[in-house]
Amino acid sequence: MGMSVQTVLSQVMLGLNNGVFYAILSLGLAVIFGLLNIVNFVHGALYMLGAYVALLGFTMLGPLLGKPDFHLNYWAALIVAPLVVGALGVLIEKTMLRRLRKFDHLYGLLLTFGLALIIQGVFTNYFNVSGDAYDGKPESLSGVVDLGFMLFPKYRVWVIGSSLAVCFGTWFVIERTKLGSYLRAGTENPELVKAFGINVPLMITLTYGFGVGLAAFAGVLAAPIYSVSPVMGSEMIITVFAVVVIGGMGSIMGSILTGLLLGMVEGFTKVVYAPASSTVIFLIMVVVLLVKPAGLFGKEA
Amino acid sequence: MNRYAWIALALLGLLAPFVVYPVFMMKLLCFGLFAAAFNLLLGYTGLLSFGHAAFFGGAAYVTGHLVKNVGLTPEVGVLAGTVFAGLLGWAVGSLAIRRQGIYFAMVTLALAQIVYFVALKLPFTGGEDGLQGIPRGLLFGFIDLNRVAMVGGNPLPLSLYYFIFALFCLGFWVIHRAIHSPFGQVLKAIRENEARAISLGYKVERFKLMAFVLSSALAGLAGSMKCLVFQLASLTDVNWHTSGEVVLMTLLGGVGTVLGPPAGAFTVVTLQSKLTMVGPWITVIIGGIFVVCVLLFRRGFIGELGRLLRRPL
Repeated sequence: MGMSVQTVLSQVMLGLNNGVFYAILSLGLAVIFGLLNIVNFVHGALYMLGAYVALLGFTMLGPLLGKPDFHLNYWAALIVAPLVVGALGVLIEKTMLRRLRKFDHLYGLLLTFGLALIIQGVFTNYFNVSGDAYDGKPESLSGVVDLGFMLFPKYRVWVIGSSLAVCFGTWFVIERTKLGSYLRAGTENPELVKAFGINVPLMITLTYGFGVGLAAFAGVLAAPIYSVSPVMGSEMIITVFAVVVIGGMGSIMGSILTGLLLGMVEGFTKVVYAPASSTVIFLIMVVVLLVKPAGLFGKEA
Repeated sequence: MNRYAWIALALLGLLAPFVVYPVFMMKLLCFGLFAAAFNLLLGYTGLLSFGHAAFFGGAAYVTGHLVKNVGLTPEVGVLAGTVFAGLLGWAVGSLAIRRQGIYFAMVTLALAQIVYFVALKLPFTGGEDGLQGIPRGLLFGFIDLNRVAMVGGNPLPLSLYYFIFALFCLGFWVIHRAIHSPFGQVLKAIRENEARAISLGYKVERFKLMAFVLSSALAGLAGSMKCLVFQLASLTDVNWHTSGEVVLMTLLGGVGTVLGPPAGAFTVVTLQSKLTMVGPWITVIIGGIFVVCVLLFRRGFIGELGRLLRRPL
C-alpha cells in the first residue's frame, strides 16, 4: 500500500474541515426542527448568502457608500453576516412560516424550498456560477502551522477551532442553561410553556433567526476556502440532509458529532478511493437506513 | 368527472396537434404524466418524494441508450425505461419508507442525488453533454416516428404525437384505475390515518412500497417519452431542480385531484416557454409561485375549482 500515515492524517484533517461545516449546518437544522418542526430547505441558500455578505461587504460596500477605500473586513463580516441573515430569517418566520404552523409540516419544507429557489435564482443572475474568490482573508490567518505530522494552513485551523467553539457553545446554551431549558420545554410542549408566561412565538422567531445566523456564520468561514458561488448552498444542503438523516435531528450533540465524523470519513475516502468521496455520505445513509432506520441518535419525527 | 367530460378531453388531445405546436404539446403530455404519477404518491398516499427526477431522468437515459447505442425499437426502449424506473423505485422506496414524514422527503432527495452522481460518471450517459441525437426509430419495426404529415402546408409529426398521446392515456388510465380501486382506497386510508390503517390489519409498508413503485415506473414512462420527443437525455432530467418542479406542478394544480397535476404541469411548462426572455429569472419566478402557492392556495387551482363546483375533479 502506497498510503502513508501522513497522507491519511492530512486527508482526515481536511475532511474534518468539511465536517465542521456539516456540523454547524446540521446543528442549525436540528435547532430549527426542534422548535418549528420544519426542515429548513433555505438553509443552504442562507449559508451562501452569508458568504456573499462577506464578499460584497469587502468589494462593493465601500464604492456603494461613496468611500472606495472602505472594506468590510473579515472579522466584521463574521458578526455582520449572521446578523443580516438572522434578521432576514426573523422576517421569513414572522411573515411566512408562522402562517403555516397549523398545517402539515411538509408545507414548511415546500415554502422554504421556494425561498431557496428565489435566493439562489437572484444570485445566479448577478454572479458567476463558477464562483468568485474572496480576498479579504486577514493577514494574521495566512501561512501554515506545523502540526507535527503535517503543515496545515493556519486559516483552516481557525475554521475548525472557531466552528467547534460555536457548536459546543450552542450545545452548552441549549442543554445546560435556563434559556436552553425553556427552548427544550418549548420543543416538548409549547402550550404548557405558554401557560407559564413564556413568550413562545417570540422564542420561535428568535430560534429561527439564530439557526439561520449559524448558517451565515458558516458561509463567512467558507468564503476564503471555497469560491463563493450561487450554487455553493444547494450542493451543500443535500449532503447536509443526508447527514441529518444519518444522525437524526433529535439530539444537538448527535448532529454535531455526526457532521464531524462524516466529514472525516469523506476525507478518508478521498485517500482510499477518490471517485467515491462525493457519494460516500449518501451510501452511509443507505447503510444506516438498513441497519438502524431511526438514525444514529434518532427519535422518529 | 362524467363520461362526456372524459370524451371531450380525449377529443381535445386528438385535435391538439393541429392547433398547438406539436412538440410543445408533447412536452405538456410528458410533464403532465410525470406530475400525475408523482401525485399518486403525494396526493393519494401522503408521501412527499423529493427525488422523482431520478426515475424520470433515469428512464430517459435507459431508453436513450437502448435506442441509440443498442438499436432497439422505440416501444421496447420505452418499456425498458419504465421497468428500470420501477426497479429503481423499488430500491429507493424500500429504503425511504423506513422513515416517516419529513425524513422521507430528505431520504428520497439524497438517494436521487446518488443517481445524479452515477449519471454524471457512467460512460454511456455522456456526462455533462448528456445523450444527444437519440433516434426515434421505427415503432414496432415499421411505423416511422420521424415521418411528418403535411397538413395545410405545415409538416406535423403526427405518428410521434399519437404514439406519445397513446402512452399518456395509458399511463393516465393506470393512475385513474389505481386511485379508484380498493388498492387506492387503502392508500387514502394510509394518507388520512396511518395508525388506523395498521390497526385495521393492512400491511401499510407494503402498500406504500407498491404505490412508490407504481409512481416511479410511471414517472419513468414519462421520462422515456420525453427522451423520444426531444431526442435527448441529460443531467437536467435527473437534477433536484426537476424533482422540485414536479412538486410545484402538482401543488399548483391541486394535490390529490385527478386533473390538477396535469393542469399544473401544463401551466408551469407554458410559463417556462413563454418566459424564455427573462432568462435565468425563471428560477426566481418558479420559487415565487411556490411560495405564493404554499401560503395562499394550498388546494391548487383545480382543487379550488372543485371546491366551488362541490365535486372532486
